Amino acid sequence: MARAATTTDAFNAVAEPRRRQILDLLAQGERPVNDLVATLGLAQPLVSKHLRVLREVDLVRVRDEGRQRMYRLNAEPLKPLHDWLSQYERAWSKRFDLMDDVLADLSEAEENNGGDD
Amino acid sequence: MAETTSGTATVTLPADNQILITREFNAPRRLVWRAYTTPDLIKRWWSGDRGTVSSAEVDLRVGGAWRYVMVANGGFEVAFHGEYREIVDQERLVNTEIFEGLPNPDEHAGLVTTTFAEKDGRTMMEMLCEYRDQADRDAVVASGMESGMQEGLDALERIAVTLD
Repeated sequence: MARAATTTDAFNAVAEPRRRQILDLLAQGERPVNDLVATLGLAQPLVSKHLRVLREVDLVRVRDEGRQRMYRLNAEPLKPLHDWLSQYERAWSKRFDLMDDVLADLSEAEENNGGDD
Repeated sequence: MAETTSGTATVTLPADNQILITREFNAPRRLVWRAYTTPDLIKRWWSGDRGTVSSAEVDLRVGGAWRYVMVANGGFEVAFHGEYREIVDQERLVNTEIFEGLPNPDEHAGLVTTTFAEKDGRTMMEMLCEYRDQADRDAVVASGMESGMQEGLDALERIAVTLD
């Protein structure tokens, strides 16, 4: 398989839409768990469950501040995923860049014809 | 006008058998649709920088077939084909996608749903590619590896370089 076994868990962890949403929120900064619960509009046990999965793969780190548990993003485990995807993304970008050229020609042809459709 | 300020393609993995590719084009969707579905225009972009498109056949009706063939930079041919399942003119296209280089290719058919949304003369295109399982999905993503780095052309490498 094309990817390192050690990253599989992080890959799987971000396959879940709610967990991606949590990571997006934490990407904006550290947050207490009740803040996440309020923003996501999910039940606390569910949020805690997702956070536990994310902590297990080290995508999220936690510290206690007074009586609050503060969660923050650790994006490092996503780097292999990012690298892996970016090659594929690059291949498509090349295609789309060529499509831009095609579209520019089509637009120009339309303008020259003075047609609006 | 004619400024081709292009968005960048973004690729995400919404589920473990899916790939979602999005790209914004500085053109109305009737033109994007045309570039996406007209054989002579497909020939100009589909191979990206990996080769040249030697054949593009499009029978744009539900149940109709499509087939694209590329001569890759390594000299070998890469062919994909499929069938149109759903067509909403300029708006939505659903088709199967089969890479002919695989053993039992039909078993690895992907399903691609492409949507075109226009706003202020620009078009957001989304391609949702669904595969039978994560292994097939991952094989497709792995195909994005640099073709120039591949040397030999045994079957495995051919798949890794060209599966798209």
